[in-house]
Amino acid sequence: MEKTNTNFNRRAFLKASAIAGGGLMLHFSALAKFGLAERGIDNAAEWHELTGYIKITPDNAIKIICPNPEFGQNVMTSLPMMVAEELDVDWKKVVVEMGPHDNTKLGPQFTGGSNSMRMYWKPLRQAGAAARNMLMQAAAQSWAVPIEEITTKAGEIYHEKSGKKGVYGDFATKASAIPVPKDVKVKDVKTFNVVRHSQKNVEGAKIVSGKPLFGLDYKHEGMLIAMPVHPPAFGMKLKSFDASQALKMPGIKDVFTIKLFEDGFELGGFDTRTFNVILAVVGKTTWEVMQARRKLIVEWEPAGDTKDTMQGHGGKREVIVPGELESTEKQMEKMREYAAKPAQVLRKDGDPETAFKNAAQVIERTYNAPFLAHNCMEPMNFFAHVTDDKALLVGPLQAPGWTEPTLSKVLKLSPDKIEIQMTRMGGGFGRRAYGHYLVEAALISKQAKAPVKLIYSREDDATYGIYRPMYTATYRAALDANKNLIAFHVKGGGIPENAVHQNRFPAGAIDNYLAEGWEIASNITIGAFRAPRSNFAAAAEQSFLDELAEAMGKDPIDFRLELLKRAKENPVGKNNEYDADRYAGVIKLVKEKSGWNGPEQKQFHRGVAAYFCHNSYAAHVVDMTTKDGQPYVERVFSAIDCGIVINPDAATNMVQGAVVDGIGNSLYGGLTHKDGVVVQNNFHSYRIIRMHEAPKKVEVHFVQNDIDPTGLGEPPFPPVFGAVANALYKSTGKRYYQQPFSSPQPEIPNV
Amino acid sequence: MITLNINKKTYNIDADPETPLLWVLRDHVGLVGTKFGCGVAQCGACVVHLDGEAVRSCVTRINRAVGKKVVTIEGLSEKNDHPLQKAWLELDVSQCGYCQAGQIMSAAVLLKENKNPTDQDINDAMAGNICRCGTYLRIRDAIHLASELQKKGNAGL
Repeated sequence: MEKTNTNFNRRAFLKASAIAGGGLMLHFSALAKFGLAERGIDNAAEWHELTGYIKITPDNAIKIICPNPEFGQNVMTSLPMMVAEELDVDWKKVVVEMGPHDNTKLGPQFTGGSNSMRMYWKPLRQAGAAARNMLMQAAAQSWAVPIEEITTKAGEIYHEKSGKKGVYGDFATKASAIPVPKDVKVKDVKTFNVVRHSQKNVEGAKIVSGKPLFGLDYKHEGMLIAMPVHPPAFGMKLKSFDASQALKMPGIKDVFTIKLFEDGFELGGFDTRTFNVILAVVGKTTWEVMQARRKLIVEWEPAGDTKDTMQGHGGKREVIVPGELESTEKQMEKMREYAAKPAQVLRKDGDPETAFKNAAQVIERTYNAPFLAHNCMEPMNFFAHVTDDKALLVGPLQAPGWTEPTLSKVLKLSPDKIEIQMTRMGGGFGRRAYGHYLVEAALISKQAKAPVKLIYSREDDATYGIYRPMYTATYRAALDANKNLIAFHVKGGGIPENAVHQNRFPAGAIDNYLAEGWEIASNITIGAFRAPRSNFAAAAEQSFLDELAEAMGKDPIDFRLELLKRAKENPVGKNNEYDADRYAGVIKLVKEKSGWNGPEQKQFHRGVAAYFCHNSYAAHVVDMTTKDGQPYVERVFSAIDCGIVINPDAATNMVQGAVVDGIGNSLYGGLTHKDGVVVQNNFHSYRIIRMHEAPKKVEVHFVQNDIDPTGLGEPPFPPVFGAVANALYKSTGKRYYQQPFSSPQPEIPNV
Repeated sequence: MITLNINKKTYNIDADPETPLLWVLRDHVGLVGTKFGCGVAQCGACVVHLDGEAVRSCVTRINRAVGKKVVTIEGLSEKNDHPLQKAWLELDVSQCGYCQAGQIMSAAVLLKENKNPTDQDINDAMAGNICRCGTYLRIRDAIHLASELQKKGNAGL
């Protein structure tokens, strides 16, 4: 997801229209090629039926449509806040609705890559400001006064000289006939009174009262329930099945196979699917379908090597998917074998080979991390009603614009015949960017000739995933006789990708630098997982820097700041991704707020780490104690620079959540395989952090600046792993190289 | 036909007596506030009250609920003003929100039995409820706040 192009298309435009019965409706477009270009979709279609973006009715009801799907990052609140700020309305009176899928009218509508604030910041403010300007023009015309004399406040319009006043609704119909102004001046960010002030989750009351919000809650007349039956192991496929007993079970309507993609189908980057052919059991109720699934007699067989056809910038290409039934021990063995081979050079500054040869001391450490499952609390599901001439799909997903073209090809329906509605998601973490479960639901509905909701059980969700890859990385540092760092080398690999970010810190801060990467092909399906690649890179690199600082006799914070000073004043190489000042800024802030090196240094086992990803900066100090004989993260101090913070309390909540998630995954997370079978198939064996393991306090501090907002969902997550590892070292005297850290650690001598 | 009392209403259910209460609530009765998370009593998303006790409805057969009072999140309070619901909103606890009904239902039993729970009491009582978004700190704070509200007769907020 980090590859997504986030340059906002400057040809953004707004369009207004009247609402039947009067009022103003303003929607925005642009982004025609935003984020979708790599899927080869030309979205620059003509306007036709208009949905709303901002709606103002004559009775002064103000509705703002949220364009991006909501998975807990609170976009349904924070995006409309930006509109409300510029529109100048009373936030408490605004009604927010989730928009339908419509990339032409509502923009990219992609939740992921920590992009929502960044991609909508300018267009949404512009939309709000333009609407306000049109209402002011309408009032000026009605009162026959110059627009310069019109003012607004919280949804009301004033002409002070004459004492005239009205509400927005009074002028909404008239405003709808006014051409949308271009480049209306937006507010100075220092004058905000909605944005940068904490506003509560607009769906909070529905959540605490159990209202239907999620995909699993969606109901449709005549709806049947379907559940999948998929191969029990990666590398297996369906041989034959006997459904005679299952079909006799109460409530069961049908059992059949579906094939997601025909041979030669050109898969896009988000068309990843675990198995191409699965069985579907369709019936009246969920429990009946669950029972019938047990009565199926299915034979599976090894799939052998298979071939996938992938879309690519330079045309399609064929990829061999190996048929091996993988086991974790063998995966580890293979990674060690590949790590010893030459790899692809990703970046080289100076002469690292000579520097290592001449070094007085070389420190080399290897870090490993397992596959991770997303484990969204709401298992994968989607509703589909597919008929010969159209398709309706409703449910939780992060990127409707990436799945619609796939549905269009698979169902042989033009995109305008496919309607996708987004429900609230019970978690996403990257998992719901992969829309194979929509394709499955659609094909099941088509075959069953009925509206169907496809539901995965927890076991399906766990064993039929798009996982965080398995990673390894070896870091080497060369020190001269005076313990100066003279060269740095990272060589990373993984199944089936590596996590090396060659242009990130400490690249740019060290004269002699080498980054290399390698990959091992696999049939285990992988994809985005909260801060893809960064979630491992930060853990490994930030642990290594801690160990390096110790070897050099330096304080870990001072050491990082020294490197950043160098990167700022005299950067090495080109393409360094980070801003050294902002990076140092979060480290200094966390140093100050945590009282680093103060009296509390003795009270806790303290670990520090920082990282840059998704355009934002994060640093944490983890304070560890021992509880019930186990290491326990009691407190965390976090410092974040994501530019302007849209909704401070919600942003704090998200950072606290990312910290808890990071502690949980670093200590307990992990998924292993035995002969292709996923071993941890539910929460009894896949350990998720729980209440008693969560810290007592996570104190979050944001760097205060007026820089345009960047992401927050992902950036605080990766450095938690490093900070936990470094705190564990202080707590136990041992370094931690193998995730999860609660698993047995390899014997590597301390520096 | 099985007769169940859910949120003070009587329902006649045409389902196998072995069916878990969770699926009867969701598929037969249409009360979807009770969530499916794991199906094996590990995550707590499906917690409801059975005669005032917190049970995991995904493993509670409906025949066990016959003659008992079932309360779901939809029936926890008349006007969604249970101290916990108020506290949850005051502290803006939720992120994705999927687990929160189960969290509130577990916390409601804790608060009924322990008017003034400590952090340790909360950790013990809530260990069976997973929140994948990691809102545990706010859940803890909200339970403390709800306890204060409860002591004041649910006045305020």
